[in-house]
Amino acid sequence: MAMLSFERKYRVRGGTLLGGDLFDFWVGPFYVGFFGVIGGFFTLLGTALIIWGAAIGPTWNIWQINIAPPDLSYGLGFAPLAHGGLWQIITICAVGSFSSWALREVEISRKLGIGLHVPAAFSVAIFAYVTLEVIRPLLMGAWGVGFPYGIMSHLDWVSNTGYNYINFEYNPMHMVAVTLFFTTTFALALHGSLVLAAINPAKGEVVKFTEHEDTFFRDFIGYSIGTLGIHRLGLFLALGAGFASAACILISGPFWTQGWPSWWGWWLHLPIWQFGGH
Amino acid sequence: MRLTIPLVALIGGLALAVLAVLTLQRPPIHVEQDGYRGTGIQLISSPAATAAAFAINQAPEALPQNNAGPPAGSIYKNVQVLKNVPAGAFARIMVSMTQWVAPKQGCGYCHVSGNFASDAKYTKRVARRMIQMTIYTNAVWKSHVKNVGVTCYTCHRGNNNPQYVWFKSVEPPHATGLMATETGEARPSLAADGSALPYDPFTPFLVGKPKGGVNAMINTAGTTALPDGNRMSIQQTNWTYALMMNFATSLGVNCEFCHESRNFGSWSESTPKRVTAYYGLHMVRGLNNNYMVPLTATFAHNLLGPSGDVAKVDCSTCHQGLAKPLYGAQMAKAFPYLQGPATLADASPTSPAASGEADPAMITMTSAPAAAAPATAAPAPAPAGQAGK
Repeated sequence: MAMLSFERKYRVRGGTLLGGDLFDFWVGPFYVGFFGVIGGFFTLLGTALIIWGAAIGPTWNIWQINIAPPDLSYGLGFAPLAHGGLWQIITICAVGSFSSWALREVEISRKLGIGLHVPAAFSVAIFAYVTLEVIRPLLMGAWGVGFPYGIMSHLDWVSNTGYNYINFEYNPMHMVAVTLFFTTTFALALHGSLVLAAINPAKGEVVKFTEHEDTFFRDFIGYSIGTLGIHRLGLFLALGAGFASAACILISGPFWTQGWPSWWGWWLHLPIWQFGGH
Repeated sequence: MRLTIPLVALIGGLALAVLAVLTLQRPPIHVEQDGYRGTGIQLISSPAATAAAFAINQAPEALPQNNAGPPAGSIYKNVQVLKNVPAGAFARIMVSMTQWVAPKQGCGYCHVSGNFASDAKYTKRVARRMIQMTIYTNAVWKSHVKNVGVTCYTCHRGNNNPQYVWFKSVEPPHATGLMATETGEARPSLAADGSALPYDPFTPFLVGKPKGGVNAMINTAGTTALPDGNRMSIQQTNWTYALMMNFATSLGVNCEFCHESRNFGSWSESTPKRVTAYYGLHMVRGLNNNYMVPLTATFAHNLLGPSGDVAKVDCSTCHQGLAKPLYGAQMAKAFPYLQGPATLADASPTSPAASGEADPAMITMTSAPAAAAPATAAPAPAPAGQAGK
């Protein structure tokens, strides 16, 4: 694998969390490391189990393959493989491989002597998954409330689980999450277009940088968050969206059992409405 | 700036935490699976709420059976509905009704003291129709009430007037035409779990005889992948949503109790409970159209709604937050004379579902319920003397 001349100096030994020098090498462009090996193991095992689950299931239709969690009657215990046990092992594999991926990011960051922002950010995504498949089932007392592995089946679960609470759009954290997702794309669009505008001037003009970008937004809305700030904001919005999503499903069930619209009763019963005319 | 952001975050986080503690519930919770594993078809409840509901939804103990004596009609004057019921059973029903409906006022709530035969009090005239309604419900709507059945207590619960009824909503003054602001939505709809959906989903669906039938009004979803000829609007869908939310909250269940949310309209993907609910919808329409609305002029004016309409029935009138009223206690079983079908002329009326519409004309009764004012209405067929115990 070809390597740029300067890359060699960043590919240094050390900085590993586990395994010492054992897996401290690269395969082509990829750093391996102990967690690369562990992650590869869980990925292959999990994928193989999904294929096995499909093989003992009723269809090979890629859209309809479904590996479902156990019946609620199994509670937090183990289920037979064909009755949700596969789902349980696949979930362990998924958590193992996602975590290994994050820890491999930590090792690479340590080698490079950079901050841990990337693995920290990825951990929020893992947290959202673990919330759905581990934390919420633990709080509700059964693995069976987790979502199934399958393209259509997991969408079906999302739809039904939403309607478990009559109208999920009244879930306050769902509102926050949706707002943050849209705001993330909005901020990214503003940032991306501004950067492209600065480095793509009209013919004959010189390429512009930070000062022009800052000035554009100061003229436009009176304030520029700045070059570093825009990336802090972007990370905050994106991680906030992921975190709020995890929170919105975590409170649905363990912390709220009725329709979400009725949660807003506290708002409708605030003693402020008598001043509004009726 | 260095201090402001953490400070704002801290205060905001604290406020959120306080709100969460004050308004949310907490584990443990109870989940009940109602479909194939992993589909999310499940009922979620809080044991604390269930215990509270269990405490207030207990059927009262039935008085001991007593079927002695001659037919009530032969010894009491002006007994119209229960005249063939043995005097012992008749007295038992009367005493039970007092406990169920007027425990504080006693017999005098309906009867004129010293002249029990008198129809002077409107409450007695209403009560007579309500007995007929109870028999009609138990006999004709077995498809909905099954073996649970209904008695006066199912709705009244010891109150003169059932707590859970509905009146036609009165719209506040508003502009119309191009300037219209009032669409029956966008105010908290108590009928629809407090959401911003139509606040009176009852009037269009649960009373009257809408053109084209109520089923066609409810089925707003298209049946083809592309919008091919379905003229239903989002607003019409919202009316259906509001009605369905009322069904769900009246029964303390969620959408999955009856539906697979992938395709709400598909019967083959729905649970069997949807069939029971379907009969319930048409039963409620029958009760409102045939029994409640004709009583409008009979009721005391202060019991009518803001637009002068009579109190009407919806799911919550009987269910009161439970999938089965009184947790399925078979109260009616102890009162064979309130059950029919021997009390009705036609023991096996054509199922109203056959036409998809509860048309009262299809249910043969000797006295057309809507024909005359209740005080002067011809009596319903008397219960057969041999009705079981």
